Amino acid sequence: MREEWTDFVTGKWDKEINVRDFIQRNYHPYDGDESFLAGPTQNTKDLWAQVLDLQKKEREAGGVLDMDTKVVSTITSHGPGYLDKSKETIVGFQTDKPFKRSLQPYGGIRMAEKACADNGYEVDPEISEFFTIHRKTHNAGCFDAYNQEMRACRSSHIITGLPDAYGRGRIIGDYRRVALYGIDRLLEDKQAQKDSTGRVMTDDVIRLREEISEQMTALKLMKEMAASYGCDISKPAANVKEAIQWTYFGYLCAVKEQNGAAMSLGRTSTFLDCYAERDLKNGTFTEEQIQEFVDHFIMKLRCIKFARTPEYNQIFAGDPVWVTESLGGVGVDGRPMVTKMSFRYLNTLTNLGPSPEPNLTVLWSTRLPENWKRYCAKMSIQTSSIQYENDDLMRVVHGDDYGIACCVSSMVIGKEMQFFGARANVAKCLLYALNGGVDEVTKKQVGPKYRPVTGDVLDYDDVYSKFMDMLEWQADVYVNTLNIIHYMHDKYCYERAEMALHDRDVKRYFATGVAGLSIVADSLSAIKYAKVEPIRDEDGIIVDFKTTGDFPKYGNDDDRVDEIAQDVVHKFMTAVRRHHTYRNGVPTTSILTITSNVTYGKATGNTPDGRKKGQPFAPGANPMHGRDTHGAVASLSSVSKLPFNDAQDGISNTFTIIPGALGKEDKVFAGDLELDLK
Amino acid sequence: MQGRIHSLESFGTVDGPGTRFVVFVQGCPMRCAYCHNPDTWDMNGGTLMEPAEIIEQYERNQAFYQNGGGLTVTGGEPLMQTDFLIDLFTLAKENHIHTCIDTSGIAFNPGNPALMEKMDRLMGLTDLVMLDIKHIDPEKHRDLTGQPNVNILKFAAYLNEKGVDMWIRHVVVPGITDDDKYLFDLGYFIGQFHNLKALDVLPYHTMGEKKYQSLGMDYKLKGVPPMDKTLLLEKKQVILDGIRKRRSEQNPQ
Repeated sequence: MREEWTDFVTGKWDKEINVRDFIQRNYHPYDGDESFLAGPTQNTKDLWAQVLDLQKKEREAGGVLDMDTKVVSTITSHGPGYLDKSKETIVGFQTDKPFKRSLQPYGGIRMAEKACADNGYEVDPEISEFFTIHRKTHNAGCFDAYNQEMRACRSSHIITGLPDAYGRGRIIGDYRRVALYGIDRLLEDKQAQKDSTGRVMTDDVIRLREEISEQMTALKLMKEMAASYGCDISKPAANVKEAIQWTYFGYLCAVKEQNGAAMSLGRTSTFLDCYAERDLKNGTFTEEQIQEFVDHFIMKLRCIKFARTPEYNQIFAGDPVWVTESLGGVGVDGRPMVTKMSFRYLNTLTNLGPSPEPNLTVLWSTRLPENWKRYCAKMSIQTSSIQYENDDLMRVVHGDDYGIACCVSSMVIGKEMQFFGARANVAKCLLYALNGGVDEVTKKQVGPKYRPVTGDVLDYDDVYSKFMDMLEWQADVYVNTLNIIHYMHDKYCYERAEMALHDRDVKRYFATGVAGLSIVADSLSAIKYAKVEPIRDEDGIIVDFKTTGDFPKYGNDDDRVDEIAQDVVHKFMTAVRRHHTYRNGVPTTSILTITSNVTYGKATGNTPDGRKKGQPFAPGANPMHGRDTHGAVASLSSVSKLPFNDAQDGISNTFTIIPGALGKEDKVFAGDLELDLK
Repeated sequence: MQGRIHSLESFGTVDGPGTRFVVFVQGCPMRCAYCHNPDTWDMNGGTLMEPAEIIEQYERNQAFYQNGGGLTVTGGEPLMQTDFLIDLFTLAKENHIHTCIDTSGIAFNPGNPALMEKMDRLMGLTDLVMLDIKHIDPEKHRDLTGQPNVNILKFAAYLNEKGVDMWIRHVVVPGITDDDKYLFDLGYFIGQFHNLKALDVLPYHTMGEKKYQSLGMDYKLKGVPPMDKTLLLEKKQVILDGIRKRRSEQNPQ
């Protein structure tokens, strides 16, 4: 056994690449409270003050402090960068200095140019020329293959937010592998993978062999990059500091090469705790030192930046990186996977202050330790910076070593990945069904020329059957567009660093998504339970509605309308499942437009539920704003009835509550009012 | 027996332990100057509901309440509808639901044997009573609420005797219920009871004022500022001091 692994319990993991096995054999569940946690060191405070100062300067400069316009970002394109080398325990920036955004043209040169131009910079003309004439980008590839219908759907926004001009993201490398095994062992494994491919050179085998070679190149470059920071990652990490550093280097390589729509971290805390516990026991490090490493690590994650356009920022409501880290959860053997390291991660919200990044996501189970639940609740109240997801639901599908990419997409770390697919605007699809494929905003024939609805009052059965036909069409053009996108992304903008930290044969989820679910549910409910009269313009196109009478609204735990929502999700997913998907991706759907609901609303006309043209959609699977009138539980119940089997890529519900409404003196749980007579 | 219901809240977090399904009953004889639910006073308003309807709504979403939460009846004055409460809580107990009553205690009357028989039955079905003592001084209590407090204080003793867990709630209104003497006396009084499990001191707020306007009613506390939250913690300490004093007298070290 390797020296770096002394004191660890052996198993399958030391014979094959198997991080989960290592974790399960070596982690120490922690059911105590947060009293062991350490505050920030002086170095941490100094470094964080530097970051805050840079953030301030960045805001004052209009959102971007510096951009690289000459050097195309690769794993080794930039020399080391520091805040203050003498104080940093965990090192590494995307470029040679903090807050300088890298140039990543492989997704699309026009997007890269625009991102620079909109922020007052100009891409070096030689780079522009190179990526226009000599080296094709993902974006150019997509538009070479798109057909007329796809382009029309794209510009009318019935399919929207497609990752055809930017990095698709949503792939999580198993960055822990770098720490546990070191690069040399991973290279050996990749060589064995390459030697084990089929001998008949079909398209699939050729592509796989080329990809593994790309991955091996990436691994070699990772070593080189780490060496520039004075670290030898060819070998496994020998202690918790190195384990954090090695893991971060793995992630850093990914964000040096991919400006993805979500660049998530995975599930690292309990893995790292195995090292921390060993080091504490051996006296290698103190609690204060370990917290300092974690604080510096999280600080680095808060400094990940990409060059983006204002339009992109509009879709995503800001400039998110989605450095999602999944915490806690329960193992398949029933042991909670909460460790002291889980607490240390949340403690960064105290030591460094609240922050949306990294997106700390608690995998929630009813069986989590009570102390952890209380600490999460307390930190949520203090910082509003924690996301929660249902581990009891996802563990059934993914086991206990999955992580969340972006906000809700679950995947087994290093074994599964996702083709991110943005979303289909089903509210607009309903309007297409009414108008026989004519867009209600542009008046162009975008969808198929099906028979529009006639008559002065909308008939539920008629509308429903037309909507189902149109939904079928929408799913068809949507999936085919995504097939092109992912083909081209693999070809021109392959994620070699992330995929180097995956198994050879990965399960690929073919993600789709829907936007406007609550509008469709309420609209169909209005047509069914109230009287909806369509108002047509001079061309006979339905542009508005007159609704008389009341109708059940989604978000009130009323099965009459909640079942409509469930049915639409199921029908959409069924239509998606019917199609061929690129690389045999397993189709999934999400209902999660947390940020883009405003943009989608702008592109969608009046809807029968009473929503006016241009008004925002509800985020994710939320009920429409103000229509859930029966309290929070009733609202949550409507959402929780949506079938997870048909929306395995995730269902999100955005829920805001003032701390005082959660309990007395900002405390949530019973017993906190207990008489304290000391 | 049907209950006269003002409204239901599916996500109650401040009316008892955990997350609770809260039933607001209609009708209250008290006229507390700072009441923020004057719309629940009218004894003839509200909607009639069967206990089974309420339990059914609870059960639909019991996952939210099962971990340390339960069912709370508040109002209005719940104890004005003891027959309904007995039926509701009987059903609740069959379904293993934690039951709580939030009351002013005003309906308690030891001189009425028929009522006491019902009260005994109801308390057998009740896990927790949150008793809101508006003022410890009889005269000031009458000024503030229009009712005497003698039976309310007797109710606390009765609950202690019955072994029903009790939380005491007290609203601190600047210039009206913030006198340290009375706060200490309140603590000294409740300190004698062993069923006392928690003390919930609430700051007066002015959010009720709008309701009075929309109901076309006079707001008696016009101009009284909301209670300062920091000061409130000091006031809570005064009550706790009273409890400590009583307890130390009862159990001399």
